[in-house]
Amino acid sequence: MAMFNSNEILDTIHMIDQQHLDVRTITMGISLLDCADPDPRAACRKIYDKITRSAKDLVRTGEDIEAEFGIPIVNKRISVTPIALVAGASRTEDYVPFAVALDKARAETGVNFVGGFSALVQKGMTSADRNLIRSLPEALAATELVCGSVNVGSTKAGINMDAVALMGRTIKELAARTADQDGFGCAKLVVFCNAVEDNPFMAGAFHGVSEGDRVINVGVSGPGVVHHALQSVKGQPFDVVAETIKKTAFRITRMGQLVAQEASRRLDVPFGIVDLSLAPTPTVGDSVARILEEMGLETCGTHGTTAALAMLNDAVKKGGVMASSHVGGLSGAFIPVSEDEGMIAAASSGALCLDKLEAMTCVCSVGLDMIAVPGDTTAETLSAIIADEAAVGMVNSKTTAVRLIPAPGKRVGDTVEFGGLLGSAPVMPVHPESSADFVHRGGRIPAPMQSLKN
Amino acid sequence: MRAIVTVIGKDQVGIIARVCALLAEQGINVLDISQTILQEYFTMIMLVDASASKVPFAQLVSLLEAEGREQGLVIHAQREDIFNAMHRI
Repeated sequence: MAMFNSNEILDTIHMIDQQHLDVRTITMGISLLDCADPDPRAACRKIYDKITRSAKDLVRTGEDIEAEFGIPIVNKRISVTPIALVAGASRTEDYVPFAVALDKARAETGVNFVGGFSALVQKGMTSADRNLIRSLPEALAATELVCGSVNVGSTKAGINMDAVALMGRTIKELAARTADQDGFGCAKLVVFCNAVEDNPFMAGAFHGVSEGDRVINVGVSGPGVVHHALQSVKGQPFDVVAETIKKTAFRITRMGQLVAQEASRRLDVPFGIVDLSLAPTPTVGDSVARILEEMGLETCGTHGTTAALAMLNDAVKKGGVMASSHVGGLSGAFIPVSEDEGMIAAASSGALCLDKLEAMTCVCSVGLDMIAVPGDTTAETLSAIIADEAAVGMVNSKTTAVRLIPAPGKRVGDTVEFGGLLGSAPVMPVHPESSADFVHRGGRIPAPMQSLKN
Repeated sequence: MRAIVTVIGKDQVGIIARVCALLAEQGINVLDISQTILQEYFTMIMLVDASASKVPFAQLVSLLEAEGREQGLVIHAQREDIFNAMHRI
């Protein structure tokens, strides 16, 4: 070949065909700030119209790029302005119709998910924020593929413990409303600390208020490619491991950057960011846990897991940053238990527990993600888990998230099946001791010191 | 627009002829070919110019894939840009 050698070309082909390299999502962010209206029906109509108009070519463009470049683009998604900010202008307390409008617009545009049924309450709650959170269980149960998120803390504001308490109850109610699907509704709700405004990944995507009218963000994937690359450096020191991951991450990200630029050009929508996250799927050979095990751990979750993950996360960023003009979103290794074949195995065998996962979230994005817990877990215990995770994010100036599924009627040892990208989750034990008095205090945990760091 | 066509599969008589015939039919000009047998597998990589293609590129991709399936081969056609992005700084 004039420009490439055969190995380079075959490398790329094998990454796609055998190592599950793909672009996880092209996500179009759309501002809905101009859709606010005192009449809620008018607001919903404006929302539907703006989304369907803005994203009418998104799916087709994604499919064209997929075909021409030979890169699978698994999802096309839409993120919108946090709905509490839009619906607040309407004379209504019931925000469910807004979620229905989002879902209808999703169906019309053919995208896989719409995210942004959200509220940002890290410091305080407006009545619109309260209305949105109150509407969440019915909104997410009544719609198919609308995702919601609530930001309850930040490094600058501290943690809103009233919101934390409310979210524990909200998750319980959402699980009850979707009990026939093992609490599936909870898979569409994320509780954040330090939420980012340009995240293309679900369920936590929303279009932040500092963003432009429309934007294209791309999330790459590729745990399988990293795993494969590490198989060629067995037994070698970590310096070599880190270098290998960096080089692989560079290639993956360059591909994401190319797709993002093409999508941005073809849709005539500004390019926002490439999110460098390693996003696993339940498919064998596409697991973050298996990368950690490749580094020499018998099972993900054993001693050494946190260090291995810290190195992986850092090396992915170092390799990816140079490959993209703008990096953003969550950018790190994801550890969603139900969506990662190796995590599922580790959790089922008992090697991986909730406490270890919490420790792991200190060094990677994003948080306690897609974890099934017993159906009789109390709202207060859920809130306490959220508070712990928010504290990790707040103190470490990073994004953390909680997406727990208290599967109704399920106990430790049972498995919850979600199907597709969401996979299946072994029900993991929580501590039985009560945190109720802690959660019932309410108020705010003050923002932490940002110096004297120890 | 330049693209890379890769053909991978069990070696058999006439692979190059069939792929080239299909490309010629659609007005695709072959710029460069490298072909080797890698671990008993026939591996051919072609650099082609698809700017005069009679069909949209996405359709050419499916035509080649279908031809591959018929012959028990895996045939990919991808725009050259992807390889540039991944292997050149």
